[in-house]
Amino acid sequence: MAKLDLNRRPMPKQDPKERIKNFNEVALGYTPELAIAEAKRCLECKRPLCVKGCPVEIDIPGFIKLVAAGRFLDAVRLIKKKNTLPAICGRVCPQEVQCEKTCILNKKGAPIAIGRLERFVADYEAEVGKVTIPKIEKKTGKKVAVVGSGPAGLTVASDLIQLGHDVTIFEALHKPGGVLVYGIPEFRLPKRIVDREVDYIKKLGVRVVLNFVVGMTMTVDEILKEYDAVFIGSGAGLPWFMSIPGETLNGVYSANEYLTRTNLMKAYLFPEYDTPIKIGRRVAVIGGGNVAMDAARTALRLGADEVIVIYRRSRAEMPARVEEVENAEEEGVKFQFLTNPVRYISDDHNQLVAVECLRMRLGEPDASGRRRPIPIEGSEFVIPIDVCVVAIGNSPNPLIPKTTPGLETGKWGNIIIDEATGKTKKERVWAGGDVVTGAATVILAMGAGRIAARSIDEFLRTGKW
Amino acid sequence: MYEILKSERLVPNIHLLKIESEFIPKKARPGQFVILQADERGERIPLTLADWDEEGITVIFLTIGTSTRKLAALKEGDSLYTLVGPLGRPTEISSHREVLGIGGCYGIGAIYPALKAFQEAGSSVRTIIEARSANLFYWTDRLSRVSGEILYVTRDGSKGFTGHIDQFLKDYLKENHPDLVYVVGCTFLLYLVAEATRPFGIKTIVSLNPIMIDGTGMCGVCRVIVGGKTKFACVDGPEFDGHEVDWNVLFARKHSYFDEELRSLSFFECERYG
Ligand SMILES: Cc1cc2nc3c(=O)[nH]c(=O)nc-3n(C[C@H](O)[C@H](O)[C@H](O)COP(=O)(O)OP(=O)(O)OC[C@H]3O[C@@H](n4cnc5c(N)ncnc54)[C@H](O)[C@@H]3O)c2cc1C
Ligand SMILES: Cc1cc2nc3c(=O)[nH]c(=O)nc-3n(C[C@H](O)[C@H](O)[C@H](O)COP(=O)(O)OP(=O)(O)OC[C@H]3O[C@@H](n4cnc5c(N)ncnc54)[C@H](O)[C@@H]3O)c2cc1C
Ligand code: FES
Repeated sequence: MAKLDLNRRPMPKQDPKERIKNFNEVALGYTPELAIAEAKRCLECKRPLCVKGCPVEIDIPGFIKLVAAGRFLDAVRLIKKKNTLPAICGRVCPQEVQCEKTCILNKKGAPIAIGRLERFVADYEAEVGKVTIPKIEKKTGKKVAVVGSGPAGLTVASDLIQLGHDVTIFEALHKPGGVLVYGIPEFRLPKRIVDREVDYIKKLGVRVVLNFVVGMTMTVDEILKEYDAVFIGSGAGLPWFMSIPGETLNGVYSANEYLTRTNLMKAYLFPEYDTPIKIGRRVAVIGGGNVAMDAARTALRLGADEVIVIYRRSRAEMPARVEEVENAEEEGVKFQFLTNPVRYISDDHNQLVAVECLRMRLGEPDASGRRRPIPIEGSEFVIPIDVCVVAIGNSPNPLIPKTTPGLETGKWGNIIIDEATGKTKKERVWAGGDVVTGAATVILAMGAGRIAARSIDEFLRTGKW
Repeated sequence: MYEILKSERLVPNIHLLKIESEFIPKKARPGQFVILQADERGERIPLTLADWDEEGITVIFLTIGTSTRKLAALKEGDSLYTLVGPLGRPTEISSHREVLGIGGCYGIGAIYPALKAFQEAGSSVRTIIEARSANLFYWTDRLSRVSGEILYVTRDGSKGFTGHIDQFLKDYLKENHPDLVYVVGCTFLLYLVAEATRPFGIKTIVSLNPIMIDGTGMCGVCRVIVGGKTKFACVDGPEFDGHEVDWNVLFARKHSYFDEELRSLSFFECERYG
């Protein structure tokens, strides 16, 4: 057994002063030497707790051992048995609350950097161009339609094509990838990595039909006439607003709009790309999750002088990943905790000039287990801003449920499924990912895709619903 | 995919494209729109469906900024980068005693599918078209097929009534009593008509055209205030009761990117024409 080494190898990053001037990736990834050194710290536990923390049960000690031995391609192949998108998950998974949290070395405050190693081997494979195409089972003649090309849809497609079924993905936007392309910024997840993964599943034989809005271009019932099964992975794309005065002022954005303009439409390259975005001088971002961090860091890179995150609870309750909060702080994003906006203020031209806020204090824990913010009466104050990004959450888009009789939905418009199979209440229709859970994580969407794929395959082989 | 089947300048500034589409014609209904992108760097912009058949769809647009100029420069055989639809709720078609259709600018063409449907549903249809000058009218033969009568309003008096649409309607509505007014065109026209019909209490449906991106309810940029409530025009509309629309908010939001649009246009012209 290796000697106890508590020196968790840091990953090289772009300097904060430089990186806020560009949209290039912040984290630069391990070198082979760093990866091997980090992997050698693994204690190779007999009963590895890390695997229990992984929603898709990757053989973590197995792949780390291969990294330590310098067998990077074998390592990535081992990961891919459980996770088809390691280059993405290595970058965006909240490892600190999953595998790295349960890692035995976390007790000493230095868990193995599992995510960084996962990312390293996936990038290595792509760089040396040794991506292998797995064996595809004999064609079954069955046809599956997948709605949405986010992580849930991509996983279902990749699993079912390998089992010999014909798979077609229908995607509403002009680029595949879901939140991975329109939401998560380039500096955290370069789009070429998403393109690479999509190309890979196309190589496996999956057909991707873009610019196709299920519910409008064709309904689920119409698709069911041509396909044997339908999987709905349409995500949680409906932005929430707070219903406070002034939300239609110019300068007030939903995070979806702000990030879509920047990432999908490349407004940061305006005017070479045609889609514009307002470069605020003082930008406020409302919310405390990953989406808020992404919006705040995007605003800095677009050229804002000052970016303030306004969050109604305190730092401890922030749902964003710790690493992203640290990155934001390093870059100069300011935080205004225990504060909630109550109204937007405009000039004579409907242009946002300020936001009025109330100070909050924390009361008893609410249903989510976090302490409930309570407004402090008479504590109103005004923050001058010219752009505000509302990042307080999303729920599933009602377009598909509204046009699909027989689907059952919950309080937030989420599709109700049987968790063990992904089956909806409608025969031959499965669902998974954010459309079921509400906004969650990439890995959970992939996990849901995998469960549904298994159930779809069983149905296609047996004909039993 | 999305091949241009026909590209035609109808009148100065107004252009028609017929675009190949496999799925959209099968589902298209009056009042719906599509979103298109001329090329990979282009903006996603919405255009109303002016017609469709088995081969494809037809859109008619005012060439005003970068995106519409890029579209107008496409030739037969070229292809679009993106075409998606049909989007939005279709016009609510039912039989009316008399529908008054009003179109200006691109609406002279885009009003056609709904008027046709109203007529087929048994309504009597009359149409008013409005332009700066008589040489800017087009598609009048088509419109006359779906309306009993066409009335003209021009600002310079070169055809029909001289002046603005609201001046014309003020007197017209005293003697004529349509039970539905249906308007497509620039926002200012929609506003003038809605204000002109308000005193007469005639239900007025307007096809709103705020800025859009995805057209599926995902970004919220298209939000408008109707009846005091925030609506997403791409999924809750684009057609609304004109008497309920908050026009100030709509006008202001449409001009959100005025400076950027000018910059984009001069960049585009420099690139293309040096
Ligand atoms: C800004 C941001 C940052 C995030 N950061 C992280 C992170 O760091 N780590 C993490 O784990 N998670 C993160 N998440 C959450 C994560 O991205 C999502 O949980 C995940 O993408 C959900 O996957 P999905 O496949 O269910 O849906 P999505 O990724 O939302 O994909 C759904 C797809 O379906 C398409 N679609 C929708 N309706 C239709 C229709 N009617 N017809 C056809 N297609 C349709 C959409 O266009 C979209 O492409 C973040 C989310 C956002 C918004
Ligand atoms: C549902 C709907 C249907 C429409 N139908 C038609 C039609 O059939 N024919 C037609 O000529 N026009 C139509 N429009 C308006 C058309 O989309 C805009 O004129 C077009 O986007 C202008 O783009 P541009 O780059 O050429 O001009 P720009 O210079 O970018 O802008 C000129 C004006 O167009 C508006 N505009 C800019 N970008 C967008 C955008 N992404 N979405 C919507 N509006 C924008 C702005 O308010 C601005 O005032 C419709 C709009 C909507 C919302
Ligand atoms: S255009 Fe994005 S929500 Fe309507």
